[in-house]
Amino acid sequence: MEFLTANLPYILAGISVGGQYALIAIGYTMVYGILRLINFAHGDVFMVAGLVMVYLTTVFPMWLSIPMVLVITVLLGFAIERAAYKPLRNAPRMSIMISAIGVSYLLQNCALYFTGGLAKVYPQIPWISKTVTIGGATTKMVTLITPVIAIVLIVVLVIFIKKTKIGMAMRAVSKDFETSQLMGIKINAVISATFIIGSLLAAVGSMLYFSNYASVVPTSGAMPGLKCFVAAVFGGIGSIPGAVIGAFIIGICENLIKGVGWTTFSDAFTFALLIVILLVKPTGLFGEKATDKV
Amino acid sequence: MTEKKDKKEVLYSLIGIAVLLIVIIILEKTIPSTSILFSVLKKGAIYSLAAVSMNLLNGFTGLFSLGQAGFMLIGAYAYAILTMPVTIKLSDSVYKYYDCIVGFQLGLIPSMIIAGLIAALFAFLIGLPVLRLKSDYLAIATLGFAEIIRAIFQWDTIGPLTNGANVLRKYLDLTDVTLPFSNIPFPPTLFIFIVAGICIAIIKMLIDSSYGRAFKAIRDDEIAAEAMGIGLFKHKEMSFIISSFFAGISGALLSMYQYTVQASQFKTAMTYEILLIVVIGGIGSISGSCIGSFLFIACNEWWLRFLDESSNNILGLNIMRSGFRKVVFSIIIMIIVLFFSKGIMGEKEISIKRMVDRLRRKKPKPAVEEGAK
Repeated sequence: MEFLTANLPYILAGISVGGQYALIAIGYTMVYGILRLINFAHGDVFMVAGLVMVYLTTVFPMWLSIPMVLVITVLLGFAIERAAYKPLRNAPRMSIMISAIGVSYLLQNCALYFTGGLAKVYPQIPWISKTVTIGGATTKMVTLITPVIAIVLIVVLVIFIKKTKIGMAMRAVSKDFETSQLMGIKINAVISATFIIGSLLAAVGSMLYFSNYASVVPTSGAMPGLKCFVAAVFGGIGSIPGAVIGAFIIGICENLIKGVGWTTFSDAFTFALLIVILLVKPTGLFGEKATDKV
Repeated sequence: MTEKKDKKEVLYSLIGIAVLLIVIIILEKTIPSTSILFSVLKKGAIYSLAAVSMNLLNGFTGLFSLGQAGFMLIGAYAYAILTMPVTIKLSDSVYKYYDCIVGFQLGLIPSMIIAGLIAALFAFLIGLPVLRLKSDYLAIATLGFAEIIRAIFQWDTIGPLTNGANVLRKYLDLTDVTLPFSNIPFPPTLFIFIVAGICIAIIKMLIDSSYGRAFKAIRDDEIAAEAMGIGLFKHKEMSFIISSFFAGISGALLSMYQYTVQASQFKTAMTYEILLIVVIGGIGSISGSCIGSFLFIACNEWWLRFLDESSNNILGLNIMRSGFRKVVFSIIIMIIVLFFSKGIMGEKEISIKRMVDRLRRKKPKPAVEEGAK
């Protein structure tokens, strides 16, 4: 109990970061489930969503900017898939991964160009940037509502995948790419839908994440991106609940490590976790049967 | 017959290398050393070595590894720590917050080799668990290890060795390279070309040996290679260790070139750049990696500079400003990745003999002889 009260700020921050990671990790896990591709550009899409928000709020009021950010991020995700991954659908997996790395490089350089390399201050979204005090720990409102938003969105997503036709198509494609194509499923529509959902959640995640961190730089998507991929692997790649649980575990552990004072190792810990999970249980917590990954 | 042809090939290659070195000597004598040409040449040669060592893994053994920056970091740090004079280590000028525990200093060449060996040792240890993974899992695990290495080198507790997250400097750099047994300074660009050239030649010989053929067999089909009696794990580990050894040496060269080393520089972005060089040059081509590297560095640091000058804008558009070259450059890279996925060279190598033959308008030797080898 003493541990809890002493570390309450870190645990709260951990849960909040975990929720933000969960929203990004879903994009990774869904794309990997369907295309078997580590979408290295996903973290940068998340960063671009942050920058778009910064620029839009200088022109438009907040209530208009938020939906516009969502729409622009979705369009970006869709465009990346069409331009950079679709032409390589029959190429070796390595080429698609290289293309993803190329897109990531492009997005970071574009961000560098538009921002001039300066950290951009993220706008304060009213209400969620308010400070509140719980149990002696002062924190922002966003810390409290992040897990709620994340869980609501994830429940909606799971229902979407379980109940709708396109959700069923997604499940079929992730089971067997070729067969579902033969069964008349429009692969390209399904893949686009996956990227759209992933980008939408990444945009929501970016609003919550950057409200907490207050500034956006061109490289601020890279590390969260990799960590969320680790979260997805940890939970069992392709599994949405797995990715969510993985993201929360990573978020909380990372912040507890910062609380102990080992800040240098908070990033390294995530990768250590990845290596351990790959060696001990390569299918992850909720992964399905063993595939050819080991 | 084959032997004779090979001899001719080797002769031509040696002539080509000699001409290249002479050109560099002449350039160094005629053009002021502050010219941007030299920084492009030096950095290009260093990145060539890094790219070739990555190509050994990714292109020839088929192991998609993204840990190159981590091994370069180990090499750079090992080199800097080993060659820093003891007087500087004991003074406060570099190790300000720590007492350095390395109480000796070594010469330039031994340090460089030890830097490579330390990187290779790390590769051996990392390879034991990681090389059992495949394709993208291997990529993400090696990337993870590179990040862990970077975190460890910035750790306070081993500050007495690595100076924590602070800069290392005042070790032996390019200005300290001298001709053997004298105090005459060695031309710096030539030195980097010679070291990188020797390393690349060793990798080339390795690839042409029976080990290299085993690597290629593993790349093409693991199961078939295993059935032919090639020890998969042994050869993968070997390729990983050798690649990391040379990555370590390229890290040492990089630290010589930059005069300062800091762990925060060796980020994932660096690995990505080297990977893109390999892709531009052609996965599986050594000469491609070298050409790709020089093109990459020259475009990135020199040729596309004009795009950053706001005075070059036409029609009053304000698109050209700092950073625009990087945007143009990454678009070019995307075009190469998407539409020219074979890169510049594909899997072929540059052959001076072939060029000479073409110049003499000789027809290539008939195919029968090729088959008769």
